[in-house]
This record gives sequence, C-alpha cells and structure tokens, in this order.
Amino acid sequence: MSASFTIDGKAVPFAEGQTIIQAALAAGVYIPHLCHHPEFKPHGSCKLCTVRISGRQSASCTTLAQAGMAVESDTPALNDERRTLTQMLFVEGNHFCPSCEKSGNCKLQATAYDLGMMTAHFDHFFPSRPVDASHPDVLLDFNRCILCSLCVRASRDVDGKNAFALSGRGIKTHLIVNAKSGRLADTDVTLQDKAVRVCPVGVFLRKDRGFNVPIGRRVFDLKPVSAYVDATAALAKE
Amino acid sequence: MRHQLETAENPASLRRIAIDTVSRVEGHGKVTILLDERNQVHQVRLHIVEFRGFERFIQGRPYWEVPVTVQRLCGICPVSHHLAASKALDQVVGATQLTPTALKIRRLMHYGQILQSHALHFFYLASPDLLFGFDSDLSRRNIVGIAAAEPQTAKRGVLLRKFGQEVIRVTAGKRVHGTGAIPGGVNKAVTPEERALLLADIYRIVGWSRDAVHLIKQLHAQNPSLYNSFGVCRSNTMSLVGTGGELDFYHGSLRARDANGGILFDGVDYCDYSQHIQEEVKPWSYMKFPFLVAFGKRNGWYKVGPLARVQNCDHIPTPLAEIERREFVDYCGGLPTHAPLAYHWARMIEMLHAAETIKDLLHDDDIVGQDLLRSGVRATAGIGVIEAPRGTLIHHYRVDEDDLVTMCNLIVSTTHNNQAMNEAIRQVASRYLQGRELTEGLLNHIEVAIRCFDPCLSCATHALGQMPLALELVDAEGRLVHALARNGDGSFACAAD
Ligand code: SF4
Ligand code: FES
Repeated sequence: MSASFTIDGKAVPFAEGQTIIQAALAAGVYIPHLCHHPEFKPHGSCKLCTVRISGRQSASCTTLAQAGMAVESDTPALNDERRTLTQMLFVEGNHFCPSCEKSGNCKLQATAYDLGMMTAHFDHFFPSRPVDASHPDVLLDFNRCILCSLCVRASRDVDGKNAFALSGRGIKTHLIVNAKSGRLADTDVTLQDKAVRVCPVGVFLRKDRGFNVPIGRRVFDLKPVSAYVDATAALAKE
Repeated sequence: MRHQLETAENPASLRRIAIDTVSRVEGHGKVTILLDERNQVHQVRLHIVEFRGFERFIQGRPYWEVPVTVQRLCGICPVSHHLAASKALDQVVGATQLTPTALKIRRLMHYGQILQSHALHFFYLASPDLLFGFDSDLSRRNIVGIAAAEPQTAKRGVLLRKFGQEVIRVTAGKRVHGTGAIPGGVNKAVTPEERALLLADIYRIVGWSRDAVHLIKQLHAQNPSLYNSFGVCRSNTMSLVGTGGELDFYHGSLRARDANGGILFDGVDYCDYSQHIQEEVKPWSYMKFPFLVAFGKRNGWYKVGPLARVQNCDHIPTPLAEIERREFVDYCGGLPTHAPLAYHWARMIEMLHAAETIKDLLHDDDIVGQDLLRSGVRATAGIGVIEAPRGTLIHHYRVDEDDLVTMCNLIVSTTHNNQAMNEAIRQVASRYLQGRELTEGLLNHIEVAIRCFDPCLSCATHALGQMPLALELVDAEGRLVHALARNGDGSFACAAD
C-alpha cells in the first residue's frame, strides 16, 4: 500500500519525491495554480497553489508530500488570498480580456472566474509594454505576462534554445528575448517549440490563429478550470 | 435663419439654457441654447460631451484583434463595427471573395443587428413621444408608461429586440460583443438546432414588424401637418446601394442625391470614400462635420440612415417591405421628404425588410455549411463600409508587414448626421421656442428632433488627439461668463467675456 496524506480530509496517495500538487492533481484534487506545469520543474512564483499544513502556509508545487500530513486547500481564507493574488496579477499587466483571443483559453482568466473575482480591486499599473511582432509566425504580447517562467523553462529545458529569460528584480521583473536585438525574429524560435505553446495566458500568439475558435468551443467555455483539475492536456490541443 | 443660429453674435449678453444630457439617445450629448431677454433664440448647438479614442489605441495592435476590439465602441450596434472592421481586414488578408456560408452568416448577423437596434429605438426610445405627445406628462413618457398604456406594443418591442439579439448570439457567439466574423470569413456557421430555434419564431417577427410599420403610418395619418413639417432640414443624402440599386445594409457602392432626389454620384467604390467625403472640425463639438467634397463645407452636408436609405435605393428586395416603401414614396409625393419624423417610418420599413431577409437566410442551406474562411495575397490597407442601423459606417485601416495596425480612420453613422441634427434642432427652436417661456415639454421638442436620427453619441466621438474642446463658465443665472476653446489645431482661444 502506498503512502498517503489528506487534502481537506480526503486521502491522497503519493509516491516518494512527489510534490503535494503533483499528488493532488494525479488524484483528481484541484489546487489552483498558474506557474505549475506537470512537465516542468517547479518554479514557485505565483503562490496560487498555497496550502496550509499544520498551521503553516506553503506553496504546494514546491513542497514534497509526506505521509500523514493534513493539508488544507479549499478553504474560504486561502481562496480569499488566492483571489487577491490573482487581482494583483491582473493590475500589474494589461489584461483586456474582451479583445484578447486567448479569452476562454486563458488559465489566468479561468482561475479568476473560478475564484469568484468580480473586479480588479487594486489600482491598475497600466505598464507600457510594446508588443514584439517581428517574428513571421508568433507575436509576443508582453502586456499579459505573469512571469510564470514556463516559456523560459520550456525553451531552455525542452527546446534547448534558451530564447527567453526573466530580467530585472522585484516589481521591475520582466520577460526578455535572448537576442542581441531583443527581437523574437532574431532567435531560432519556431511555431513547433514547446515555449510557444506553454504560456498559461496570452503572451505567445500564433499569427495564423486570431479568433478562429468560436465562443462556446473554447476550453473554459466547456467547464471551469477546477473541473479539469489539470487543464494542461485540454489547453495543449488548442 | 437656420445657419445663422449656429453662432450668436454676442453670446456673453445672452441667457444660456442647457439640455444636459439629452435623454433616450445612446451616449451623452447636450444641447445649448442662447436666448436674449425676450426669449428670442440666438444660438442652438448639439454638443457631444464624451469621447473615446479607439483610433489611437488600436494602433500597434495585431490586425486580427480589431474586429473584436472595435465593437467596444458601442454597446448598441457593436455588430456594425465588428463587420465593418472584418470587411476592411478581408482586404488585408486577401479574401477578395468570401465563401457563401461566411457571407450569409455575416449578413444574418447584420440583419439581426438592424432588427434589434431598430426595435430598441422605436419601441423603447421614440414611441413614448410619438404615442403620448411631445409635451405629455413626463412621468409617463418612457417605456414603462408605454408598457402600462399599450402593453401589447411594449411586449412586441421587447420580443422583436430579443429575437434580433438571438440572431446575433447564434452567429457571433454572444448577444453583445461576440467574435463571429474574422478576417477572411467567420469562425462558425449556424447549427441545425440554432436554425430551428430561429425558424420557430421568424414568421411572428415578420408579422409584428409589418404591424409596426402600420402603427407609424397611422401616426403620420393622424397628424400630417406635424409629421411632415417638424424640424424639416433639406439636405443631400447618402447611402450604400446594392449592385441592382436595391436596399442593402451589408454591401454595395455609394450613392448620393441632392435634396430634390437628383443623383450627385452613384456607383462609387467605397474604397474611394476619401475622394468624396471630408470632415470639418468645429471648436465647439467633439463630433466632426463631414461633407461631400464636390459641394463644399457649406452645401455638402448630408443625411444618412433609414430616411436616406429608403429614399436612395431603387427598390427593396423583399416583398412586404417593398410594398411599404412604395406607399411611403407615394405619400411623399414622389419627391424626397426631409422631415425627421419620417425617419421612424423609414426605420420600421427597414426593420420589416430585415425580418424578411432573416427569414430568407434561415431557409438557405448555406448557413449550416462548413466552408468558412478564405485568404489570398496580403495587402497593407483595407476599407470596410457597411450600412449600420444609424447609417453609413466607414472603417479604414493600414497594417504593416509585421501584422500591426499603423493607421485607423473611422467615420461613424451619427457623425454624418451631425449637421442635419443641428439644423433640425435650430429649425425646431426657432419654430417652437421663439419668444416663449421655456418648459420641459418645449425643450423635449428639441430632443424629439434629435431622437429621430437615433444618434449614437458614444460612437460619434471615437477620435483621440487634438480634439476640439469647449469649456463654458456659466453664472448662477445660467449666464455664460467665460469660455475657453481648444481649436482643432490645438491652439486655444477665448470665446467670450
Ligand atoms: S510569457 Fe507566458 S509563459 Fe512566459 S513567463 Fe510570461 S506568462 Fe509565463
Ligand atoms: S503554482 Fe505553485 S507557486 Fe505557482
């Protein structure tokens, strides 16, 4: 019999070396998350996956599961904090869902809906972040970047191109393209790259796509993000 | 008389009345009237007091976003912007001809939009004035009053509008601000279930639309002197007409007539619009004043919208609406009418035509087809023109080789009617307000004249940049003490004191 722990009272089995979120998602228990991706090493930056273990909060994507631990996740207090974090992500960038083609296929938007976020609450930063449209097939709209580093990890670890990096510190952190010119056109990134397909929001846009998927057939039109538990597979098909 | 009322000679010595904001129109506008101590009218202006800025913030965005973004100009006729932008961007992606399914789905969406917008305007916004009287009891003069006094009329108004919104929902994905049209075609056709849903109601909708034409016709017959003379403003007219001279809201070429109905130009490719239409900026309004280049600023202004379209076309290609058009033309004695109240009649004829067209499209198997998109040789610019519920709508874009929009120019329906609305209210002011103590009922006459045009004031003020801006300082008695104006070129001028 394998070892197990509980999340909100429900027993969750795990294998040695698994993080809490890995075990949870495998067992069909949803924990909100944005920077976690099952195929990549943890990054632990968004903190949406924060859970409570014996009175202490920690990111479930960077905490190893241990036998017998009692994890609280779906509680009003934790969801309030997650909602606040989500609101902060919305105001830090420029997220204009009504004209974003990723609307309905965006994990940030879906998570906000799922957490019952009705307004952005905080003052918007309205940062100035010009798009990079130089590449023939892919457009980068930095306005929507939530600094999850998934594209960075994918380009480095899967594509072997190391085309992206997070630069700057603290509130000034931003995504850059690893090219002398700073332009995507001057990298060897192609449409086939994992980095192009892993963004949970709408930074990487395929130029041949636009609004081709009608409302009603988008991933999160069909069911909310929590009902997918792990929406990675559904989003990968888009 | 009328042109003189645009600018008074000594505004500082006059009493200022403001209707702020004009009610039962879309968006925010205000009217200012300057009167002397004998209540003689010296100046009447319709101002637009809000502005948006789409032309500017679309620059630097990828072109495929535009049809979705630009509809946020307006919550009332978003589909018109959605489609005009899509038509322009069809040219950019080289889709010279759409698939039959794409074309018919877009038409269906557009005629649904005409139906819902016309129903909204007639039943919700205009009918209280028309059924109760312009200076009737204010507390009743609204849709709630109509619902109490004429429950069947009100209910039909609601259901007609709802049906139009359903047509939009099945074609665009949402009742407001959908995504159906994309450069080169559409992203969805109609499912057999959606088609059946609409077919179940369409016959009733056609019938009710026909009844609405009869209702407005009756109102004209009951009080012809009012309906034929109120706020008359003779002008040129302009609209798209189809290749056979028929009424067409989705596509065609530009035709303009003079006030007597004589053709000024015809068969003009709308991609050449800028050779025929220019816009004048006046320091006191956010809304520009377009005019036909060949006839100059003073004589080149024109009307658009239902009254222009129904009189500009040679025929309407659906039978019931065509019968009504003929009757309308006969009533006007063969010469075009310029009575603003006749807009309502024309609008209801158009609503009937939209309902009949929707019925025909619902019976067309192409709408459930699967061939949705076309593309071809890329172009760097595109122009899309459509007849929106309120009139001709022009979208013009330039797109660079990286797919970003570098230029956007919009001329929206309400803007074309700017001069006409101003003329109509000057006419009404000099006829009804001259020398009289002003009451709410009298001031409502001004609003009635504006409402005829069904202006969408939010759409009309989309330009950002060197907006002409007027600031007016008014004392406790309502006297204009000081005014500061920023001109269209950015310079400032003191206008009073
Ligand atoms: S671009 Fe997307 S994947 Fe990359 S860091 Fe930003 S949000 Fe994450
Ligand atoms: S998913 Fe754990 S910190 Fe982002």
